[in-house]
Amino acid sequence: MKFSEQWLRSWANPALASEELAHLLTMAGLEVEESDPAAPAFTDVIVAEVLTVTRHENADRLNVCLVNVGEAAPVQIVCGAPNVRPGIRVPCARVGADLPGDFKIKLAKVRGVESSGMLCSAKELGIAEDADGLLILPDDAPVGQSIRDYLNLDDTLLTLKLTPNRADCLSIRGIAREVSALTGVAQDAIVPTPVVATIADALTIKLEAPEACPLYTGRIIRGIDRTAPTPEWMKQRLARSGIRSISAVVDITNYVMIEQGQPLHAFDANKLGGDIVVRLAHAGEALTLLNGKELALDADMLVITDGVKPVALGGIMGGANSEIDDESRDIFLESAFFSPAAVAGKARRLGFSSEASHRYERGVDFGHTRASLERATQLLLEICGGEAGPVVETVVADKLPVRNAVTLRVSRVKRVLGLDLTGNEVLLLLQRLSLDAQLDGDVITVQPPSFRFDIQIEEDLIEEVARMFGYDNIPSRPAASRIAMLPQPGNARNKFTLKQILVGSGYQESINYAFVEQKWETELAHNADPIKLINPIASQMSVMRSSLLGGLVSALKYNQNRKAERVRLFELARVFHGVTAEAQPERIGGLAWGSREPEQWGLSDVAVDFFDVKADVEALIAPRVATFRRASHPALHPGRSAEVLLDGKVIGWLGELHPQFTQSYELGTSPVVFELEVAALLSVRPVKASAVSKQQAVRRDLALLAEESLTLGELQAAFAAANQPLVTAIELFDIYRGKGVPEGRKSLAFKVLMQDTHKTLTDEEVDATVAALIAAAAAHGATLRA
Amino acid sequence: MDVQALLEQGLAELNATSEAPALENVKAKYVGKEGAITALLKQLGSLSHEEKKTFGATVNQARQAFEATLNARREALAQEKLARQLAAEALDITLPGRNRGTGGLHPVTLVQQRIEALFASLGFTVADGPEIENDFHNFEALNIPKDHPARAMQDTFYVDGGANGEPLVLRTHTSPIQVRYMLDHKPPIKIVAPGRVYRVDSDATHSPMFHQMEGLWVEEGVSFADLKAVITDWLRNFFERDDLQVRFRPSFFPFTEPSAEVDVLGERGWLEIGGCGMVHPNVLRNVGIDPEVYTGFAFGFGLDRFAMLYYGVNDLRLFFENDLAFLQQFK
Repeated sequence: MKFSEQWLRSWANPALASEELAHLLTMAGLEVEESDPAAPAFTDVIVAEVLTVTRHENADRLNVCLVNVGEAAPVQIVCGAPNVRPGIRVPCARVGADLPGDFKIKLAKVRGVESSGMLCSAKELGIAEDADGLLILPDDAPVGQSIRDYLNLDDTLLTLKLTPNRADCLSIRGIAREVSALTGVAQDAIVPTPVVATIADALTIKLEAPEACPLYTGRIIRGIDRTAPTPEWMKQRLARSGIRSISAVVDITNYVMIEQGQPLHAFDANKLGGDIVVRLAHAGEALTLLNGKELALDADMLVITDGVKPVALGGIMGGANSEIDDESRDIFLESAFFSPAAVAGKARRLGFSSEASHRYERGVDFGHTRASLERATQLLLEICGGEAGPVVETVVADKLPVRNAVTLRVSRVKRVLGLDLTGNEVLLLLQRLSLDAQLDGDVITVQPPSFRFDIQIEEDLIEEVARMFGYDNIPSRPAASRIAMLPQPGNARNKFTLKQILVGSGYQESINYAFVEQKWETELAHNADPIKLINPIASQMSVMRSSLLGGLVSALKYNQNRKAERVRLFELARVFHGVTAEAQPERIGGLAWGSREPEQWGLSDVAVDFFDVKADVEALIAPRVATFRRASHPALHPGRSAEVLLDGKVIGWLGELHPQFTQSYELGTSPVVFELEVAALLSVRPVKASAVSKQQAVRRDLALLAEESLTLGELQAAFAAANQPLVTAIELFDIYRGKGVPEGRKSLAFKVLMQDTHKTLTDEEVDATVAALIAAAAAHGATLRA
Repeated sequence: MDVQALLEQGLAELNATSEAPALENVKAKYVGKEGAITALLKQLGSLSHEEKKTFGATVNQARQAFEATLNARREALAQEKLARQLAAEALDITLPGRNRGTGGLHPVTLVQQRIEALFASLGFTVADGPEIENDFHNFEALNIPKDHPARAMQDTFYVDGGANGEPLVLRTHTSPIQVRYMLDHKPPIKIVAPGRVYRVDSDATHSPMFHQMEGLWVEEGVSFADLKAVITDWLRNFFERDDLQVRFRPSFFPFTEPSAEVDVLGERGWLEIGGCGMVHPNVLRNVGIDPEVYTGFAFGFGLDRFAMLYYGVNDLRLFFENDLAFLQQFK
């Protein structure tokens, strides 16, 4: 809601400076979003009359003018404007004037001719973006008057960011009411007086959808002068409300809407085929609106008809078929109440909004419908002439919004606000808002007025009490609550811990959009049917991701394009397999690309590989120990990918990106990536300490020759199956291929640690244990390397 | 040669020697088996008892003096050798340490962590919920009926797949988490709920996905005065400024009443940083909590916005571009 501060002050004028008034409104919940001066600061510009215009002797484009500035003698001013001519009245900056842009007017000689001032354009005064010549004022502009006074430029344009509950403040009338309540100044309301009918012409009004439109008033006005200009004061107030002047009739309806809060519509009476019927649209009906939009009407849309065809979309916009045009002489003026439910959401559904629908869906004062019609009639007759017919009013009283009395317990005010007020104090606060309120013991009963759609329950009144008391004045009370420690479960860790572990491994946290390109889902997650957004903002953000991989790869690409040489990224976020809560689990995913360590002295440049990232994954899972199983994943290199298992359950995967995608996403070399279920990583087993043996451990090294295809996992499983009680650890410390090892085989070197808890081991025990391990390996074709 | 002359010659040779092996040769020459001083001792047998006594003492003194100097020379040479070795082993300690690469948390996470910790100190636990929500949790339960103009305040992303063909939404705020939490828990309830939220909006100050944190305290006797105190306390601790000016001004949210916007006074005037209010009785009733017994307050704010303020970032989009050059500033 944008309006002129002076317009508001003509209704309610508290002794507050402009900024103070803005602060008052903001702190009462009517947030002043913008506050702009109507014109920039300037001085000494007056209304002047050009008396004579003579061509400058030394310059074709310049004229020498004699100008009446309201003093005994005219002054001489050189002027370059193309539209200067004798007889016009224009703004004149006197010698000594300060104009916008730090422009000072001095006595000057222009090509040898003395010039005592400057005739101004609107642009030079900073009140228009552009101008093609002098600002020509009406012939009756008083010569000598300050242009600031004449054009009323000492005004401020205020823009309120109103919350949807405060429809009552979508008018000067409403804001003035609020200012009056907040400051106690009188409200100098314009109370419309009925205009007596001078003609008998009238249309009957039938309300066939009274739930949607329970009240409709209208009247015929004949013989208007449609060429009558809109008065300057009205144009100016409309302009300062952000509304463009169109024609006197339209301007008047807009003016009354801003002033009184009641949207109005004027039909060309001669384009209406008959009496007014307000009903729901019939299937197949069509209507072209004033904004040119052609509609096929839905059955839940309310239309105004002339008994035959729709001529307006009720509460939203008029139809083109009954529009006022250059030929219109007779009009039918509508002032009606459309229920918020009937209008709400409709304009949005149609893809636009109108001043009318904005007001109706929030609630228009149904107690002021007829008064607004009278106000518009009065202005119309004043400005456009014509003769008014009688007001026809049809109302279905039991369908009007119900205003039930609302009760407020004074004790509840204390409970909700923490504010200790007496019943009388609360009563006075409510009465300042012109609310009809009665106190009886602890209970105040309020009869909400027709303009308040937001007073329905006790809390609504508590909010009004808080607003009137001032949020600033409500005490801030140090919070008191039952003291209880928050549990710190020893077998759980939080997500920050997981993130911190990856940070320690050198990964940078990233945040990627949850909606991704469909291609990522089909290619990288093998998800042919991802969850689709119905209204995506871009095609590359059209489906919900079921894997974090796409985002990580895309972030890699983004950084490669910025010349990053080594990238470690992770993200912890939800993925979407379905729409239930359970189908939206959190995952933690990572990506490593480039060299193992950042390029530096003393380390040779080795590319990161599967086992580097496997170590990072193991560190993330620690203290628990996962197992890894070869698995195929659509996004990964089939020979270099694994499933990660914990307690026999797959909790994620790890691997090198499939070379096919490395190529198609133009990544150069393949990143190694992983993704794990967060839930599986949050529980850890509390540690149970076990005794440490005081006996010396015995180490034997074991070199085994095995087929290339035999995996370490298989050998380890065989060792474990041999079930040797003295063995405390078997660790691989080298793999060797080459000289001395036959082609197709590899040599695996193990460190075997053996220990007894009570005694020193004998050579016989050690030999027997090692022999058992060798036998277990032999079952897989592995032999002791000679 | 007399003993003294022999000794002086020997000492001179010891002192002239700068290598450990040569030193041992000098040793052999004088006190070794065939050494000159040793030879003098061997002669003792042929001397008289008296001569033996005086000459023997003289020779022994010479031998001891030689050995003392020998040991001192050995020690000195060893010290020199060690010093040379240490000098040779000296490092350029200004070379950089071995760099294994450093990671970092996202600024939004860092701010989230900080705020969670502040609220944990007041006994607030952390709650969470799904991001694809149904109309009930995101709107209806929060007192936002269909077609209510308040829905226009939050432009919503829709996805297919709801019951009866109703579209589901990407949650437009973290408030559905409070609905879910209140359905599952009885008061007293004190939670904060951080998470990703979604709105159809994209420019320098809006991202279609961003982060909110929701707070909720429902308990007997909680009032607007407590709300003011908790929020003020939190903001002052978050920004570490005891004199931070915080103001509450009336606003409207369908799920709170009375409602307030919270502003803090920055260098360039009041800055809107979040919304709050007393939980609307309809919301409490919708989740089965009796508003006559319990009252509560809720608040919500943008984590990204807090991260922007905290770190002095002026473009929201930087948080979602994942440019390492930008992100690696935050440790």
